[in-house]
Amino acid sequence: MESDALKKMLRDILLARAFEERAAQEYAQGNIAGFLHLYPGEEAVGVGVLHAAEPADYVVSTYREHVHALVRGVPARVVMAELFGRKTGCSGGMGGSMHLFDRERRFMGGYAIVGETFPVATGIGYAIAMRELPEAVICFFGDGAVNQGTFHESLNMAALWKLPVLFVCENNHYQIGTEIHRHSAVAEVYKRACGYRIPARRVNGMDVLAVHRATAEALRQVRAGNGPQFLECETYRFRGHSMADPGSYRPKVELQAFEKGEDPVKIAIAETVATYPSAEQIAAVGSDNIDNLMGSLHSGGHFPPEHLDAMQAAIAAEVEEAVRFASDSPEPTLADAEAALDCNRHGEVLI
Amino acid sequence: MDISMATEPLINVAAAAREQTGAEALNDALALCLQHDPTTLLIGEGVPDPKGIFGTTSGLRQRFGAQRVLDMPLAENALTGICIGAAISGLRPIMVHQRIDFALLAMDQLINNAAKWRYMFGGQARVPLVVRCIVGRGWGQGPQHAQSLQSLFAHIPGLKVVMPVFPDDAKGLLCAAVADDDPVIFIEHRWLHTLRGDVPSGYFETPLGKARRRREGRDITLAAFSYMTLEALGAARALARLGIEAEVIDMRSVSPLDVPAVLRSVARTGRLLVADTGHQSFGVAAELIARVTRQGFDQLCAAPASVALPDLPCPTAHAWAGHYYPTAAHIAEQALRVCGVHIGEAQRHELDKLRPDTPADIPNPDYRGPF
Ligand SMILES: Cc1ncc(C[n+]2csc(CCOP(=O)(O)OP(=O)(O)O)c2C)c(N)n1
Ligand SMILES: [Mg+2]
Repeated sequence: MESDALKKMLRDILLARAFEERAAQEYAQGNIAGFLHLYPGEEAVGVGVLHAAEPADYVVSTYREHVHALVRGVPARVVMAELFGRKTGCSGGMGGSMHLFDRERRFMGGYAIVGETFPVATGIGYAIAMRELPEAVICFFGDGAVNQGTFHESLNMAALWKLPVLFVCENNHYQIGTEIHRHSAVAEVYKRACGYRIPARRVNGMDVLAVHRATAEALRQVRAGNGPQFLECETYRFRGHSMADPGSYRPKVELQAFEKGEDPVKIAIAETVATYPSAEQIAAVGSDNIDNLMGSLHSGGHFPPEHLDAMQAAIAAEVEEAVRFASDSPEPTLADAEAALDCNRHGEVLI
Repeated sequence: MDISMATEPLINVAAAAREQTGAEALNDALALCLQHDPTTLLIGEGVPDPKGIFGTTSGLRQRFGAQRVLDMPLAENALTGICIGAAISGLRPIMVHQRIDFALLAMDQLINNAAKWRYMFGGQARVPLVVRCIVGRGWGQGPQHAQSLQSLFAHIPGLKVVMPVFPDDAKGLLCAAVADDDPVIFIEHRWLHTLRGDVPSGYFETPLGKARRRREGRDITLAAFSYMTLEALGAARALARLGIEAEVIDMRSVSPLDVPAVLRSVARTGRLLVADTGHQSFGVAAELIARVTRQGFDQLCAAPASVALPDLPCPTAHAWAGHYYPTAAHIAEQALRVCGVHIGEAQRHELDKLRPDTPADIPNPDYRGPF
């Protein structure tokens, strides 16, 4: 991979972590209300997939979608403003954390009812296919979502009509507190797609390069008119399901093992930094990824540690500015709300 | 499990009362139902989770086992059908949705199946199913996680719709819903899980479809649903300071709707205001007003009023939540209007005192969740 592309990916993965950790702090201070589902631990999936996509591709996501929006290029300040419920947010403050939207960047929304996204993405795929464009739609979802009827119904139709949809399962092994073996009869999620003859692969979702490679290949197939593709990215979330969830149902050792051994941010840094890693560094990023890591380091770009520091500093400034922008922005009013839904009760006196 | 075992008839054996929260009362009710009737099942996303559906299901898995108290995959539609199938074969499933919005996925099973079978199969197939649906409010939950959908369910013949307010009713109505042989949509307002009140211990049933007067008054009837009952009681206290005695009725149930109770009250007061947690248009308040007006037109000396949500989706932003949810102040102001009282200095002063100085978004300033 080109060193520039690698650096951009690293930047996004660092931004993802910094943005989400800051959102958690703002939540703790009461500046963000409600549901806040954070992405730390899963960054390699969103970043790896979306860096392999084209700007003309569409993205459909869930309530855990801040990072998908950021990587699509939605500015951190308008994402943060939406989390704060401000008028300057990307959904005008009407959606909040779970409902980001940016038509211009083809970020077609975050949805809070699990399973809603499959048909929506399939419909976008239909629209693309009808216009015979070389575009694709990427549909993100969790491991818990695949048990909804909409998953099966949509996969069947996407395959039947050869629609340009890339289904991406962010398998973090939990549906809130329910571990995958307690919610799914078949825990290898990619196997479900085989039932619809959709080519499917499982990749290490903690390794951004592996995710990127698999996505690029899948999208090539999609664009060649071969119908939908399916990626299962195995990952792990470091925080609770949402800020309202302590995540106490997970064994501590499980969390620690992931944080210590498979942090996608640490892996991405190691994959980008040009110096050869020490034995400790290799051990610190986990044995699963050593092969990838070594490979990319040998052939990789040159990215001295001081460049990494500068990148981190720029990201910290960007996040700081996003928070300032959000807190300085006005809140939506009743008039804004009425203007936002001026369709079926126009001018009626209701009391 | 021997499901042919006869159900112990344990009606109204309640003993001494003690103070509990709504969530504790519901937890007790579930435990008693599971204990007294071996055909009862409790199923829903997060039921055995450490947080136990806001505490309402805590400890039940340990007591009654994994076969009767269970988690579910995300498959609300199929699971509702599965519960209906189990219900016509002798079980009494209780489903739980942490948000009522998730029940929307199962509308086909609820409306085309559960609501119809008793009628459609000539009385041979009754569906003793309880669907607990929790309504979120405020806290930025937004358009897809905080709807009040009682009128949607109540519109369907064959579905009972219950909305308890006080902890004793939460317990008694849940026991009655589980014992009922027809499907019951049991709607719990999230803010009422923390409400405290005296609850009789032991098993007891509170009849479905009966309103309960919570305050006596001669000047106006405030008929309220769910959480709005608390706001109506707040409004009534302020109105009393202005010389108006409001009668407050906790409707407790939407379907059946206790219109006679409201008519009896209106016969004394001559005035009616209905407060509901749902939207104004085509809503529960509109239905109650229509029936009272049709059946008790002669008793009314002023046009009834309603206080309900604006016809807009639920807010996410804090500030907009402040405009969205009506409070005791709105009820009191409308009540003054119905009573033909001019809103002068004294009235304005009382109304201002009713406006919360905390965000309209949380039940009280100290509240830290869970939501
Ligand atoms: C239809 C529906 N049922 C239940 C919920 C509550 N809920 C929100 S997220 C979630 C877990 C989803 O797990 P998964 O699909 O694995 O995604 P993750 O949160 O792990 O990314 C649940 C049960 C919901 N939002 N929608
Ligand atoms: Mg998951």
